Amino acid sequence: MSGHKQLRIALRNCGVIDPENILEYIARGGYMALGKILDEMAPEDVIDELKKSGLRGRGGGGFPTGLKLEFARRNEGERKYIICNADEGDPGAFMDRSILEGDPQSILEAMAICGYAVGANEGYVYIRAEYPLAIERLTIAIRQAYEAGLIGDDIMGSGFSFDIKIKYGAGAFVCGEETALISSVEGNRGEPHFKPPFPAEKGLWGMPTTVNNVETLANIPSIFNMGAGRFAEIGTKTSKGTKVFALAGNVNKVGLVEVPMGTTLREIVYDIGDGIVGGKKFKAVQTGGPSGGCIPEQFLDIPIDYESLKEIGSMMGSGGMIIMDEDTCMVDIAKYYLEFTTDESCGKCTPCRIGNKRLYEILCKITKGEGTEEDLDSLKELGGIIKDTSLCGLGQTAPNPVLSTMKYFYDEYLSHVRDKKCPAGICSSLTRYEIIADKCIGCTMCAKACPTACISGKVREPHKIDQAKCIKCGACFKACKFDAILKS
Amino acid sequence: MCNNSLAEEKFKELDAFIDGLEEDEGNLIVILHKAQNLFGYLPREVQLHVSRKLKLSAAKVNGVVTFYSYFTEEPKGQHVISVCMGTACFVRGASDILSSLQEKLGIKCGETTKDGKFTIDSLRCVGACGLAPVVIADGRVHGRVEIDDLDKILVELESGVR
Repeated sequence: MSGHKQLRIALRNCGVIDPENILEYIARGGYMALGKILDEMAPEDVIDELKKSGLRGRGGGGFPTGLKLEFARRNEGERKYIICNADEGDPGAFMDRSILEGDPQSILEAMAICGYAVGANEGYVYIRAEYPLAIERLTIAIRQAYEAGLIGDDIMGSGFSFDIKIKYGAGAFVCGEETALISSVEGNRGEPHFKPPFPAEKGLWGMPTTVNNVETLANIPSIFNMGAGRFAEIGTKTSKGTKVFALAGNVNKVGLVEVPMGTTLREIVYDIGDGIVGGKKFKAVQTGGPSGGCIPEQFLDIPIDYESLKEIGSMMGSGGMIIMDEDTCMVDIAKYYLEFTTDESCGKCTPCRIGNKRLYEILCKITKGEGTEEDLDSLKELGGIIKDTSLCGLGQTAPNPVLSTMKYFYDEYLSHVRDKKCPAGICSSLTRYEIIADKCIGCTMCAKACPTACISGKVREPHKIDQAKCIKCGACFKACKFDAILKS
Repeated sequence: MCNNSLAEEKFKELDAFIDGLEEDEGNLIVILHKAQNLFGYLPREVQLHVSRKLKLSAAKVNGVVTFYSYFTEEPKGQHVISVCMGTACFVRGASDILSSLQEKLGIKCGETTKDGKFTIDSLRCVGACGLAPVVIADGRVHGRVEIDDLDKILVELESGVR
């Protein structure tokens, strides 16, 4: 990836050090921040420094990290806990996996710093079971940090003790929501509960708890090493520092990019990602995963931060960035995300459990060519109600993919319901294949490929598709070497 | 359960694992992970065993098992082929890969072939989006998969050659 637009803070050590050797982390300045803090700083100073840095949660919500720690510090509790949220469930995002696999010590150091700041002596890393290598590296890292006396009892002779354990997820997207995550750490079904009380008041086992995302934590040691003032110089007015994005989809160069907040989407897609695969036309970029929205071309030049993305109907999310080209059907994409959220809804609250299911059904109807214009109104109305009335973040954001695609690609929805056409040619029920007689040389390739034998014609004579029997699988379209089949 | 004495060994190993854990009310999920590793799935008798051992209600154990998609109450085939349905894979044609695989094996996603050889599964993103579309066959990741690659993957699985 071209480097000049990128700035690596969270990913500073990824690919540079051997993640299974704590000495390499230490050689790059690892545990300097923790050492300095335990030696010279009061917990309140640590919180002040984080507040000064402007660091906000990188998991999606963007809540100021310093403030979160301050709440947990203020609340009284017999014990307090720090949890690292490594349940990276957003499909298309893999920044947390890369950090855990490439620089696990930075997470442990940051958790100990947070523990010192709030007065917690125990930490959990809640990690999804789908990431076996990350689990392995993290296990090694914890063992080495204990052996080196950098976590455990009386760290570096300071009198401060901090233990870290791993807890495994078991495949539930909703567990990325902090109250659901806490239920899961307690060994229960990962169902969210109403806030307040916030985890900072009553979290794990009813004790004050701070839940931070992996990327947020990875920034923390750097903030103390470079100084909060310098960190705050990077980024925009409201969003400081950098953000890691997982660039994927129809873009030439895929992978992780870390850019200062305020970088434009165009710079990411074209300068770093090297444009769209096959020289095709850019259609949209999806950010924020199932909670986010699709951003059309007209917004490619806005500087990205928490606020700007929200204003245009999407959100920062954890950093998944899926690039879509002209061959992507936006109704199909909305349906894909709704299928995901209905499947992952925990079922506790009605708007999410039933409302999203109804949204999904309407979208299915539209992609089958059975939708009406009234259905489009229902989508909007229902989407708004679900957003307003759902219990947790999953339900409150689930309609976003539908609402944002309707906002920017309404024409496409109209084509589906009014003209019964899918402009991108994705929704198979709305697709029609025809043979262009002038171009067909009668090679019989299409007839051989057709699974329903609905293509007839003699050798060296133009063939014909029996529309009544055609199942619109597209096999003939792929088989034809002479561009003689028209897909519409 | 295939063989009683074999099952007995596994129950013993599970008990030893549970006894070796630190006292922590939150251990249920990690115990179920271990149990599924041992037995391949979590049938009724395994769930009951866990509930008795931990002095939890069977309803609580079953509630957790059915909540998380990682746990399964049905045995899986000898070979498990998982198609990643994360967004990056989806945009790059994962649904075509899945439907072609279903057609080839004559089963739907989540089902096992009658001879018990193959199970098709879908996954919610394995974080290998740079390799999209991704198919995982018996734990081995195949990246940038095309429909034409599927036969080769199936043959490799059957013959055990990698």
